[in-house]
Amino acid sequence: MAADEPLVLGIETSCDETGVGIVRGTTLLADAVASSVEEHGRFGGVVPEIASRAHLEAMVPTVQRALDEAGIKASDLDGIAVTAGPGLAGALLVGVSAAKAYAYALGKPLYGVNHLASHICVDQLEHGRLPSPTMALLVSGGHSSLLFTEDITSEVRSLGATIDDAAGEAFDKVARLLNLGFPGGPVIDRYAREGDPAAIAFPRGLSGAKDPAYDFSFSGLKTAVSRWVEAKRRAGEEVPVRDVSASFQEAVVDVLTRKAVRACKDEGVDHLMIGGGVAANSRLRAMAQERCDRAGITLRVPRPKLCTDNGAMVAALGAEMVRRDRAPSAFDLSADSSLPVTETHVPASHDELHRLSE
Amino acid sequence: MLLLAFDTATPAVTAAVLDTGTGEVLASADQIDARRHGELLLPTIDAVLREAGVAKERVGGIAVGVGPGPYTGLRVGLATAAALGHALGIPVHGVCTLDGIARAARDTGAVSGPFVVATDARRKEVYWARYDADGVRVEGPAVDRPADIAEKVAGLPSVGAGALLYPETFPGAVQDGPAHQSAAALAAFAADAVAAGTSAELPSPSTPLYLRRPDAEVPKNYKTVLPA
Ligand SMILES: [Zn+2]
Repeated sequence: MAADEPLVLGIETSCDETGVGIVRGTTLLADAVASSVEEHGRFGGVVPEIASRAHLEAMVPTVQRALDEAGIKASDLDGIAVTAGPGLAGALLVGVSAAKAYAYALGKPLYGVNHLASHICVDQLEHGRLPSPTMALLVSGGHSSLLFTEDITSEVRSLGATIDDAAGEAFDKVARLLNLGFPGGPVIDRYAREGDPAAIAFPRGLSGAKDPAYDFSFSGLKTAVSRWVEAKRRAGEEVPVRDVSASFQEAVVDVLTRKAVRACKDEGVDHLMIGGGVAANSRLRAMAQERCDRAGITLRVPRPKLCTDNGAMVAALGAEMVRRDRAPSAFDLSADSSLPVTETHVPASHDELHRLSE
Repeated sequence: MLLLAFDTATPAVTAAVLDTGTGEVLASADQIDARRHGELLLPTIDAVLREAGVAKERVGGIAVGVGPGPYTGLRVGLATAAALGHALGIPVHGVCTLDGIARAARDTGAVSGPFVVATDARRKEVYWARYDADGVRVEGPAVDRPADIAEKVAGLPSVGAGALLYPETFPGAVQDGPAHQSAAALAAFAADAVAAGTSAELPSPSTPLYLRRPDAEVPKNYKTVLPA
């Protein structure tokens, strides 16, 4: 790695993971994560107040762990990056507050960055700099989007997104229907491996000729699965959990990969990146690979640990901000729970920058 | 020692720098904006340090209000204190927010003798604590509906936005007493505890005084979509 590449610490607290990562340019040095996922399990979803409380407890220990892991001193850093949004408001606020304090105390520039752009940029840690342009499919419990970017530090365009549930949410809901616990993604993936993906013909949402080409819908699928399962239960028959899992998963993955590949073809993009927690799904990876190979598209999917929410992805985008001389954020940076994907980062107003440089 | 104090548990965003050697408050700033703790705190800290002419490296300790407070913003103060303390390598002292208001009430002469501090906990409740004539907290902090503590606070003067909000329970509310937190009083309280060697008895700066369990709706059993 080049020693003159920017050394950046990234803080991520948009949901239930307290993530602190440290990167030098595109090289990952540390990826420390503390998760409160187990505290949310019995609620079947992330409880915002529980997540916020856990972030506060975990923040400083996780930063210290990352510094130790990277073997650097905080004073060596070239910048502090933090997820400014989108995400849970109270959870974001803990990370943003801590990041400001670290940046201020250490005298380093602060970069409030977009969580979704970070999910894309993290692939630089795995496969080197993103080609321009890049198509990205982001799929997790919170997002399902098709994004197009030519420069991840300044421009991300949304081609399509879910109009109801996120893909990961559908996994959670179906897992709950089948009494498989929370989170649903990994457990459904596991059961699906032993089931028949063609056993039940579940609907492919928004796949008609007149439907929006790049938008997703998983609510109808979820309803179809629960109808099917309930009918079985009413008839007193055993529910074939493996086949239901495999058929449901197939329906989700089929739509995601088909639309992503179509977007690449339509836009003339020959690189597809897949990120977000659902990118860890083995069937999604396999089908995306197949379809990309057939279409002559290079597929980039980071290892699962980099796909789920983490601080390394925030650091990766922060390092790119430093490298490209993007304007740092001001110390009155807001945590913005609905930060639009087009806002890759939240730079300071001109006046504020002027005041800080005095 | 130069002590930096701040609190985001009440609608105030308040910060102050205290020279514990002389007892002089070198700078303080108070803004009332319950919805913008996150945006305002760091610039406010920066402003008081500049006004006091104190480089951040010279700060020897931090005092932070740990609540109770109903605002998401409560965590802004604690997260900021923890990170500043970590980065600067200085100790962070937690102070019960009501103790800071109590200190201000005595220092400004708003009360003498035993009294009560009550802040607005929202949801028709107050956070409150009772103090003796020496300003020592003898009950609380607790969160209650005003009517449920009327007997306990009867006949006592009271300060804080919670007391002003519920005059039936707090007929002795001091109208021009401190309504919200002021970091200068918080700093004085913490400095005294440090000087008296009792800072170890202060509340942990890493865990806010929430007093309430997290709102966590357990989703109801899976709703069937077929007609019953
Ligand atoms: Zn995410």
